[in-house]
Amino acid sequence: MPKLKVDGVEVEVPAGATVLQACEAAGKEIPRFCYHERLSIAGNCRMCLVEVSPGPPKPQASCALPAMDNQEIRTDSDMVRQARHGVMEFLLINHPLDCPICDQGGECDLQDQAMGYGHHSSRYAENKRAVEDKDMGPLIKTVMTRCIHCTRCVRFSTEVAGVSDLGALGRGETMEITTYLEKALASELSGNVIDLCPVGALTSGPYAFVSRPWELTRTETVDVMDAVGSSIRVDTRGSDVLRVLPRTHEEVNEEWISDKTRFACDGLKRQRLDRPYLRREGRLVPVDWQEAFDAIAERLGGLAGERIAAVVGDQCDVESMFALKQLMTALGSPHLECRQDGARLDPSARAGYLFNTTIAGIESADAILLAGTNPRREAPVLNARIRKRWLAGGLEIGLVGEHHDLSYPYRHLGDTPDVLSRILEGEHAFAEVLRRAGSPMLVLGMAALAREDGAAVHALGRSIAEAFGMVRGEWNGFNVLHTAASRVGALDLGFVPTAGGRDLAGIIEGVADGSLDLLWLLGADEIAGDLPGDTFVVYQGHHGDRGAHRADVILPGAAYTEKDGLYVNTEGRVQAGVQAAFPPGQAREDWRIIRALSERLGRRLEYDSLGDLRRALVAAHPVFAALDRPQPAEWRPFGTGGPVDALPFGAAIANFYMTDPISRCSAVMAECTEVFGMGEAA
Amino acid sequence: MSGHEFAEEQPANWEFTPENAARVDEIIARYPPGRQASAVIPLLDLAQRQNDNWLPLKAVETVAERLDMPPIRVLEVATFYTMFNLKPVGRYYLQACTTTPCWLRGSDQVMRCIRDRLGIGNHGSTGDGMFSLLEVECLGACVNAPILQVNDDYYEDLDYESTGELLDALRRGEPPPPGSMAGRNLSESSAGATTLTSLRPASPGREGG
Repeated sequence: MPKLKVDGVEVEVPAGATVLQACEAAGKEIPRFCYHERLSIAGNCRMCLVEVSPGPPKPQASCALPAMDNQEIRTDSDMVRQARHGVMEFLLINHPLDCPICDQGGECDLQDQAMGYGHHSSRYAENKRAVEDKDMGPLIKTVMTRCIHCTRCVRFSTEVAGVSDLGALGRGETMEITTYLEKALASELSGNVIDLCPVGALTSGPYAFVSRPWELTRTETVDVMDAVGSSIRVDTRGSDVLRVLPRTHEEVNEEWISDKTRFACDGLKRQRLDRPYLRREGRLVPVDWQEAFDAIAERLGGLAGERIAAVVGDQCDVESMFALKQLMTALGSPHLECRQDGARLDPSARAGYLFNTTIAGIESADAILLAGTNPRREAPVLNARIRKRWLAGGLEIGLVGEHHDLSYPYRHLGDTPDVLSRILEGEHAFAEVLRRAGSPMLVLGMAALAREDGAAVHALGRSIAEAFGMVRGEWNGFNVLHTAASRVGALDLGFVPTAGGRDLAGIIEGVADGSLDLLWLLGADEIAGDLPGDTFVVYQGHHGDRGAHRADVILPGAAYTEKDGLYVNTEGRVQAGVQAAFPPGQAREDWRIIRALSERLGRRLEYDSLGDLRRALVAAHPVFAALDRPQPAEWRPFGTGGPVDALPFGAAIANFYMTDPISRCSAVMAECTEVFGMGEAA
Repeated sequence: MSGHEFAEEQPANWEFTPENAARVDEIIARYPPGRQASAVIPLLDLAQRQNDNWLPLKAVETVAERLDMPPIRVLEVATFYTMFNLKPVGRYYLQACTTTPCWLRGSDQVMRCIRDRLGIGNHGSTGDGMFSLLEVECLGACVNAPILQVNDDYYEDLDYESTGELLDALRRGEPPPPGSMAGRNLSESSAGATTLTSLRPASPGREGG
């Protein structure tokens, strides 16, 4: 633990810390462009110069200098100030002074630091260099003349995203950042280079010239595009969501988000359901809320509970699912379903459907067995955490399932569940890896569970976890990687068939053979395409997607940016989403719609505000009380033992860019699908 | 001039010749396992020598594949070093040193002669594909400045006339032996040896005068 003095303040920093970190520990702000905590050290911008003694009598780059005992650092001497002024002057020699037309203006590191260290005018009278812009795909707009060669983007794509596409060609004044032969940057995390770029060289393509940062209202909330629940900031102007940016959450997304999280927000403006609709003579006609409620009440009149079913979708907040469950229970329906993909998960044992290791816990693992999952598509940010662990060394990874580039090397063990059986029997070479491991992990994806033998695979996973000591003491290495943001919350609520209830297949069958008269779809679009028959379908949701096309009554709800709501991520972490904009037109928050209808049906739900609802929710399910603190789940038996099929594991997500009503309505995501060739696989 | 403009006409395929492929294995074997990327510069050099002194993109990709590196990493190296040519160059690739010692000793005359005889300046090539010129920094033979490097050979002690003679000889296809064009033996004093004259060994170079 080196002890050193920074401007006379004594600090003690962990061994291996840099002088820059020591200065920060002493409360001194060091300007920097190339240095970034989560990337390797480059030391090429020279902005972080400090004076160090003992040492040579010249300024030194603090980001690349190890902190040592008895060093004396000056961050405010004349030498330092002059050196930084000099560096800034050189950076600005070739940087265009085009801030008024630059999208980074107002949130630009160079602009900010030029205020502190820049000269009042330029002494450079020669021609500035100009660099041709590069094509990096539909998401990243480039103005390469502005590039100051910090190489953060190169280091991010190589180290974090694991896609070595970006590089710096040439040298000196002719150095240019580009992708090989100007291919689009093929990573699900590519948008993060926009945040990393300290200048306006890489900016958001879809957000180009849309707004200035000071015009935006910022709302800190959570993402629902996958089950990771990344912390995000939603920037709005009026009721328009203009962009989505990551927030730092060390235990979840660090400071990265996936491209879908970031760029699907244009889908929030398209195909929105902004008023109730009712199907009359085969056509959906706009009606008012009263008429829509009347139609539902009429259809429900005297209907027996077992002729009613409800399915919730992948992006629902906990409160609306809770309200719907209470309404359905009041109506006597046992047919509740949240597993739109048919995953054979049951809510009886919480440890059986959580990512128990936690995302941060991945960094402690030393062997990972992935089964029926492609984390790069299903949870890119979580995949980056696996890659981070792999980069640290000493991690062995095996995959049972479809072979894909996951951005780190792994052993492809096979693609059928019997490989798992052989591992369990100890007949497979990977069994030895798991046996040797101190902290082994198993990750079951939806492709392993959403199949006929899903319950058997689930039980097989439990047996493997038990046989290889994955569950011991504090460590729980059994994990389920969800793809739906609402799934864990719905399972925690028990939004599954109650005694005598039909599961997903049963509901679809009931719709087909007419034994169900009313089906309530709460944002459930993924199954709506498969619904034959003339069952009366109530679709409550925010987009005119598959569900709305099949619906007889449409109740316009709110998207995730338009309501306060709880979401539980795949780790079982309860997080609160915050309203950033208002739902369009007559659309309302979903729990309010259900509450209002319950009154019309004469089965009034006992809460009039979100606060009341949350109190009722926590009283019924205490697990929702622990905000942002995933609770370890008790290890109990789950799954149903039995033979597994020889059928190979498929893909839970065919097209990363389009998985839900919002991203399906996004023009940006449609373009990505085309550019990155995901469409063929879909 | 940008350091990374690529030739417009690129070969569709590019492979090492069998002899060079064997050489590639030999070079890679010099480095520890897992560190084969260290061989990137020797391999690019070998590829460039095989390909008339320039590197097509396919050769860059071949090297990348051989070393299990992303192509962009190899291209970064190939564009960083001016010794790698990414466009075809003339049969005689002239690298004229114009750094201080050569400049003091008359490198301007060398450059002027090249312009007069061949009509090309820095980065230029003659239309017949015989000559290309690149102005370079110190070639490390300052004692015999000024220097003109022709492919792998150094021609030293040049002035306007001797540069002209050299270019004419090259054009005739009769390259003179490399070394001093002023008759100096190796890097001896131009006035001849002044010390150790009695111990003078048999010279591997030309007789000094």
